Amino acid sequence: MEVADVTREYQLDGGIRVPALRGVSLTIEAGDYAAIVGPSGSGKSTLMHLLGGLDRPTSGRLLLGGRDVARLGTADLARLRNEVIGFVFQSFHLLAGTTAVDNVALPLIYRGVGRAARRRRATEMLQRVGLGHRVDHRPNQLSGGEQQRVAIARALVTEPAVLLADEPTGNLDSVAGAAVLALLEELNAERGVAVVLVTHDREVAARARRQIVMRDGVVVEDRA
Amino acid sequence: MRVAEAWRVALDALRASRLRSLLTMFGVLIGVSAVVVLVGIGTGAKQEVETQVEGLGSNLLLVVPGKVQFGAAPTLSRMNLSDVEAVARIVGDRDRVSATVTSAETVRTGTRETYTNVLGLLDNTPKVFVRSLSRGGYLTKSDVDTGRRVAVLGATVSRDLFGERDPVGSQITIAGVRFRVIGVFASLGQSLGVDRDAEVHIPITAAQRLFSTQRVDGLAIKAPDADRIDELGQQVLAELNRRHPDTEFSAVTQEQILGVLGDILGVLTGVLAAIAGISLLVGGVGVSNIMLVSVRERTREIGLRKAVGARPRDIAVQFLVEAVLLTTIGGVAGIALGLGAVWLIVALSPLPAVITWWSVVLAFGVSAAVGIIFGVAPAQRAARLDPVVALRTE
Repeated sequence: MEVADVTREYQLDGGIRVPALRGVSLTIEAGDYAAIVGPSGSGKSTLMHLLGGLDRPTSGRLLLGGRDVARLGTADLARLRNEVIGFVFQSFHLLAGTTAVDNVALPLIYRGVGRAARRRRATEMLQRVGLGHRVDHRPNQLSGGEQQRVAIARALVTEPAVLLADEPTGNLDSVAGAAVLALLEELNAERGVAVVLVTHDREVAARARRQIVMRDGVVVEDRA
Repeated sequence: MRVAEAWRVALDALRASRLRSLLTMFGVLIGVSAVVVLVGIGTGAKQEVETQVEGLGSNLLLVVPGKVQFGAAPTLSRMNLSDVEAVARIVGDRDRVSATVTSAETVRTGTRETYTNVLGLLDNTPKVFVRSLSRGGYLTKSDVDTGRRVAVLGATVSRDLFGERDPVGSQITIAGVRFRVIGVFASLGQSLGVDRDAEVHIPITAAQRLFSTQRVDGLAIKAPDADRIDELGQQVLAELNRRHPDTEFSAVTQEQILGVLGDILGVLTGVLAAIAGISLLVGGVGVSNIMLVSVRERTREIGLRKAVGARPRDIAVQFLVEAVLLTTIGGVAGIALGLGAVWLIVALSPLPAVITWWSVVLAFGVSAAVGIIFGVAPAQRAARLDPVVALRTE
């Protein structure tokens, strides 16, 4: 993943343009384990949305999985997200009323994987995150930590190159949070999936091999 | 996403909000069942009228004074029995020309009485119209020639005056004048709420004396040649116009009556279907409304689906299929309810009703179309949602 001098402005209702990113350049290599840190309003969420292919830069070059986002249509960008990126959100974003295994299998639907194969792969992934005994439970029958592990399984079931985690421990107590971080570290080491965390928790950031510090829409520090 | 997958996702979504889905389907259900029932009644009425007009007899030509036109005031007839003779000469067969004079009179026996149509007719009437007797005989030539006071009763009149007794040979009075019952018609039943058995036939000569008139209200001709029925009608009209230059006459064939009645009932059926269609439309607006609410409620879900790789098209298809599923399930239930209602109407009420396959197919097609038409706007709204904004929604 390559970000080269990327800016992102938002247009407010009154026509006022508010810059969220003012020229950011960075590269995420395969197998990286990076934390993007910074105060609220520093642009870290915007950067994360760009890295995830959910948004497009106002200017600059953004390459995801080697492909230039500016040249991709909406449908192609959706496919790119499906193939290259896995998302983990602070509030889990699991489908209520849907079992853990079906939640995990969701991205495979959009890849056209058959039902049986989806279930098999989703079950394997749930076993990998330690929820082999919770396959048919619904989100409201799971603890916060378990829900986040379901979300991680969903992010990884497509075998993406990069896993983007937006405050993955933000809604968890410290024990569950630590377990989730440990799982991300394990998966990073074991599968070589690059992990990019967005957090304002210094402790969480300190566990990453690389820290990218942002302030006022620019990267002020990038240390490994 | 495969289409089969979209159906499964949509079914799950509907199941997740069962009550709301049911209520939404109800709007479509009522509309579709209304279409099936109202079209069934309209078509039933049309078929019944057609059967009855055809049941009058074939090759029938009716001649009346005035214009045959709905809404036209009835014209007082100037025809008399000599006109009937003249027309019979044109037709070439006396037995093929029947004449009638009608009046509503009180018919009484002992303490029982009924107010009904009394028709003065010629003895050849059963040769022109199809009409069968359950008891006794019909008017004879000598009855007509001598103006004998004899009467043939419709089934309802017979029942009203005599109950289950055989009235043949009994005395009745019509407008105070004594008549002897010589026969009873087999029942024809009701049509569109009109009792076709509420009539009494007496010789036309006796009727003219009873009503103090020379007039003949109308002629019925059984044409010898179906292909030349219109030509015959023209000849008869020419003769009548020659004899009564100041009166207009009309000749209508069975096909023309069928055509006019068919048109009227066709319009009636159309209007009923349109009214039902409006309720279907209202149901469709309900579907659209609920789908918009559903899109709003599931903004986060849409955002997530987009994040994990759903294209705008996948989202649109998902919501469109959901809308179509709502309306088609509602439609199928509505068809079932409509068929049940038609069956009940036939079993319990005098209204005729017929199940027409086209109205069922149409109702289903329309309900599916309503789903597509009213599902498009919500589906597009869902498809266009910005995933970043959608994911941030609480």
